[in-house]
Amino acid sequence: MKPWQKIVLYLAIVYFVLLLGPIAGLDLPRILKEIAQSPSLLITQLLVGLINGAIIAIIALGYTLVYGIIELINFAHGDLYMLGGFAALTVVGAFGMQDGAPFISAIIPMLVALLVAAGMCAGLNVLTERYAYRPLRNAPRLAPLISAIGMSFIFQNLGLFWGGLRSFIPIMGNTAAAPKSFPDLLPRIDIFRSLGIDTKVDFTTKDLIVLVVAVVLMVSLNWFVQNTSAGKAMRAVAQNRDAAKIVGLDVDRVIVLTFLIGGALAGAAGLLVGLYNNTIVFTMGFTAGLRAFTAAVLGGIGNITGAMLGGVLIGLLSALSDQYLSSRWTDAWVFGVLVLILVFRPSGLLGENLQEKV
Amino acid sequence: MLELIDVHTYYGNIQALKGISIHVEPGEVVTLIGSNGAGKTTTLRTIQGLLRPRQGKILFEGQDLSSSSSPEIVRLGIAQSPEGRMIFPRMTVLENLEMGAFHRQDKAGIQADMERVFTLFPRLQERIKQKGGTLSGGEQQMLAIARALMARPRLLLLDEPSMGLAPMLVNQIFSIIHEISDQGTTILLVEQNARMALTVANRGYVLQTGEIVLTGSAKELQVNETVRKAYLGEE
Ligand SMILES: Nc1ncnc2c1ncn2[C@@H]1O[C@H](COP(=O)(O)OP(=O)(O)OP(=O)(O)O)[C@@H](O)[C@H]1O
Ligand SMILES: [Mg+2]
Repeated sequence: MKPWQKIVLYLAIVYFVLLLGPIAGLDLPRILKEIAQSPSLLITQLLVGLINGAIIAIIALGYTLVYGIIELINFAHGDLYMLGGFAALTVVGAFGMQDGAPFISAIIPMLVALLVAAGMCAGLNVLTERYAYRPLRNAPRLAPLISAIGMSFIFQNLGLFWGGLRSFIPIMGNTAAAPKSFPDLLPRIDIFRSLGIDTKVDFTTKDLIVLVVAVVLMVSLNWFVQNTSAGKAMRAVAQNRDAAKIVGLDVDRVIVLTFLIGGALAGAAGLLVGLYNNTIVFTMGFTAGLRAFTAAVLGGIGNITGAMLGGVLIGLLSALSDQYLSSRWTDAWVFGVLVLILVFRPSGLLGENLQEKV
Repeated sequence: MLELIDVHTYYGNIQALKGISIHVEPGEVVTLIGSNGAGKTTTLRTIQGLLRPRQGKILFEGQDLSSSSSPEIVRLGIAQSPEGRMIFPRMTVLENLEMGAFHRQDKAGIQADMERVFTLFPRLQERIKQKGGTLSGGEQQMLAIARALMARPRLLLLDEPSMGLAPMLVNQIFSIIHEISDQGTTILLVEQNARMALTVANRGYVLQTGEIVLTGSAKELQVNETVRKAYLGEE
């Protein structure tokens, strides 16, 4: 971009924000007053954003890993996460868990739910790769993309069907398409107040557990990719598939591994979101998937740290917009910021362009 | 050690190799020379199992490679430094070298080979933590050769190791190729720089539009009329 083009662009952006901002809740005096009146609300909202962002980040990792390795936007990934939520709900239901069940008795069911959801999503993702994407690997780029959109619909219908199985799975409730309530199994002990810190910031053990699990998942994935030999193989295939073949890597196996890990993370995110929001619905994969994909692009698609950063940023932005701007306009704000960032940094925040020299 | 018998390779419907037969004996340096598009890279990619011959046989120490996958072929002892270097740009020099030894389990052997490549290429040792993509072209070429050596190959395939390098560096690379050969590795060297290639090689083949048109010892090829005109640029 030439400098004068940049200036025109800046002016256009400022103009649009001034013009459209107030309609979408941008009223700085009111926002500043609200923050001054209750700073603790701001902190609470930031924490909510951080936790939602961490969950988005886990889903975003699935997009970014797969994109990094086969340059496919796996549109079915969000719906896979939704199925993870359904699997988790089925498991805790089978254990007879209900709202307010004692935490101690819920630990085992939750761990089993984690294993089942992660395992099922990993398996489904691997099967999808094998039968829906691999046959199209040398086809034009659009073909696997359409295939991914098809898988997304299949997963959604699977979710709808699953939600209608109330005769086998009573916890699914009466209506197949209705949101399912997910039992509230995590203890809600207010952390700051029980530590004797007098504050109005809401931060409970439930928030802490979800946040810690999400962070542990991200840190382990990062460690795995950076330090294990399987992780190095994944990076090698992502950076130069031809070179990976030449050094004798089994590229197909590395791709399968990538889908396996991405799927397992999606399943874990499905459980976490159920435990955190206490409601799941068969369409939730679409919106969450869109946000997670946005997060991946925002951070620089293919970049693991970028996906985490993008997820957290989107979570924070959404939470702040919900509170201070207008929750109806949150998606518009989030995607507006995405467009802005991409105009100035087309390869995303951490996207890098290290080319081989010829 | 390596024998190609009447190998035909296609890209879709385009025939790139029209029945080539070559052989490489243990300890030799054999060079494959030819102009752009002759099929040199295609030959190396076919040997490594990255392309499947439609017809013909590839024997490595008596074993038929035509249906082996490239991981298997690397394990059997064939490694390649490919045309265009193809290093891993966001991995460090050390990680790139580790990738070359990916299929190996013998930690001590890997360590020994690491030291060996650092003696051959001291420049790489100085840059062990640098990302591959930030190396200079010549350093990337060294890294590509070093990475191939990390597989401890018995047969090393080199595709245009002198491409795009300054004359001094070309000399250095060729003396290293000589050294690698002296240490006992058999080498199949693809080059456009026929002059240099024929100084290190024992024997050579001249490839033209997918066919071997000439073969002989390096000395014979150096004085051959056609080679001198077409590939050494002499009158
Ligand atoms: N991926 C491909 N698809 C179609 N044709 C190809 C492909 N790669 C190579 N070819 C063709 O095959 C022939 C041989 O190519 P090859 O790369 O083996 O030549 P080369 O001898 O290595 O040339 P250079 O010295 O320029 O590297 C050429 O005519 C080329 O156009
Ligand atoms: Mg070539």
